[in-house]
Amino acid sequence: MTAIQDTPGAAGAVGLQAAFDAALANDERIEPRDWMPDKYRATLIRQIAQHAHSEIIGMQPEANWITRAPSLRRKAILMAKVQDEAGHGLYLYSAAETLGVSRDELLDKLHTGRQKYSSIFNYPTLTWADVGAIGWLVDGAAITNQVPLCRCSYGPYARAMVRVCKEESFHQRQGFESLLALSRGTEAQHAMAQDAVDRWWWPSLMMFGPPDADSTHSAQSMAWNIKRHSNDELRRRFVDICVPQAEALGLTLPDPDLRWNEERGHYDFGAIDWDEFNEVLRGNGPCNEQRLANRRRAHDEGAWVREAAFAYASKHMEAKG
Amino acid sequence: MTRAFKNAATALGDDALVLAQRLGEWSGNAPTLEEDVALTNIGLDLLGQARFLLSLAGDEDELAYLREEREFRNVQLVEQPNGDFAHTIARQLYFSCYQELLYRELASGDSQTAGLAAKAVKEVAYHRDHAVQWTLRLGDGTADSHERMRRAVDALWRFTGELFAPVEGLDVDLPALRGEWLATVSQVLERATLTLPTGPDRTAWAAGAGRQGVHTESFGRMLAEMQHLHRSHPGATW
Ligand SMILES: [Fe+2]
Ligand SMILES: [Fe+2]
Repeated sequence: MTAIQDTPGAAGAVGLQAAFDAALANDERIEPRDWMPDKYRATLIRQIAQHAHSEIIGMQPEANWITRAPSLRRKAILMAKVQDEAGHGLYLYSAAETLGVSRDELLDKLHTGRQKYSSIFNYPTLTWADVGAIGWLVDGAAITNQVPLCRCSYGPYARAMVRVCKEESFHQRQGFESLLALSRGTEAQHAMAQDAVDRWWWPSLMMFGPPDADSTHSAQSMAWNIKRHSNDELRRRFVDICVPQAEALGLTLPDPDLRWNEERGHYDFGAIDWDEFNEVLRGNGPCNEQRLANRRRAHDEGAWVREAAFAYASKHMEAKG
Repeated sequence: MTRAFKNAATALGDDALVLAQRLGEWSGNAPTLEEDVALTNIGLDLLGQARFLLSLAGDEDELAYLREEREFRNVQLVEQPNGDFAHTIARQLYFSCYQELLYRELASGDSQTAGLAAKAVKEVAYHRDHAVQWTLRLGDGTADSHERMRRAVDALWRFTGELFAPVEGLDVDLPALRGEWLATVSQVLERATLTLPTGPDRTAWAAGAGRQGVHTESFGRMLAEMQHLHRSHPGATW
């Protein structure tokens, strides 16, 4: 009986879909208890999970420099930043949980390679300046991607993004400031900053995903108000922001084709090496193996701790009755 | 600023700095995301304390990056390697219970550190609570976690005696705090179904502990990692 009552008839299903479509048409938020198409749910889970995984994998390249930060002030800033990224992971896993998947399930998918994280974190942090370059470029690209997500149709994701974006823009400014100190420092420091920007520039442009013509998920995500701007549009916006900032830093961007296009009102830039992008995506980046192995090791080494916490909680729940 | 006062500020600053450095090694490696956040939080509090204290004694970066191993005045407890999570928690338990008592005394005094101590005593109360909660969970969790926690409290016990050795220039009667520390720690261990270690609470080489600049072997490597970049660019600002 209940099964029959809970399952809307054909007319009911049409009504639910119509209500969902109307909400999107009015640019309203969809909330966890609202009806939503299965594919919308699946798309969001995939995207939010990938975003959450990126936050936690992204801790690794930067944490690589915590113990070696060259001043106590920089050490404090970096520790706080890496801690923020763990916090972003927490908000995002919580947002995904509102769609009916647990953090454990998602972590398991990350650990077994069934879900991805942003390819940018498969590049190594070779010098201290990489920490500044990541803050400036990688957090900068993340903001450009994520500010529109604050208006994403799914309420919990949009709200998580509001908090995340505030912190990311803080990271971006700190990264810029750190690079500026290097650029204006000794000759060796300046060279270190330039080298880092040379290595991080192109991978940062790839963070916006494949060109619009090759982007498989984009059209549907735009229709669902999950995505608001195309990959190429966001990439252009990012380049336009970065060029004057690079000038202010006294650093150059490694692209001989970069120049202002009066007619378009944007900077033109050179061709991106999509072969490299696809290789890294396929698992052949410099750090893919290492990042995932580290992540699995930390998780496995922590298993006995999580078991102990669970055992303790069960015992003491029983004791309390 | 008297030499004795600087000595005291350096000793307490080094304790906080070295433990913050060790906790920083956990970043991205903790058993859960929540613990990653918590351990970094504690590390950041300690780093803040260290920067304040070392700035009273001189330039914080010169002190942190340009001193040799034998010039550091931290107790040996805080430099002990992280080990497994149980070792880290045992180190946190012993040290945060000590630091809470110490800062409480300092906060009630009128030295230049009273202001810092008043703020830090609240931070450290959280550190202590975190360590106590985990000592209970691990001690009274599974057979495996109990055994690991037992090994950890035993292994680190020999570094606890040094906490209560007088520090020149510090206006606190440290030996007098040991009784209360012992009472707190024993109570926590008992609740965690563990027993207070019975071995000696200091190594045989007691005359040359960390406060006198004699450290354990792993400390040199920790400093090498911490200092190498700064030292590779003499005079640079960051
Ligand atoms: Fe983030
Ligand atoms: Fe960030």
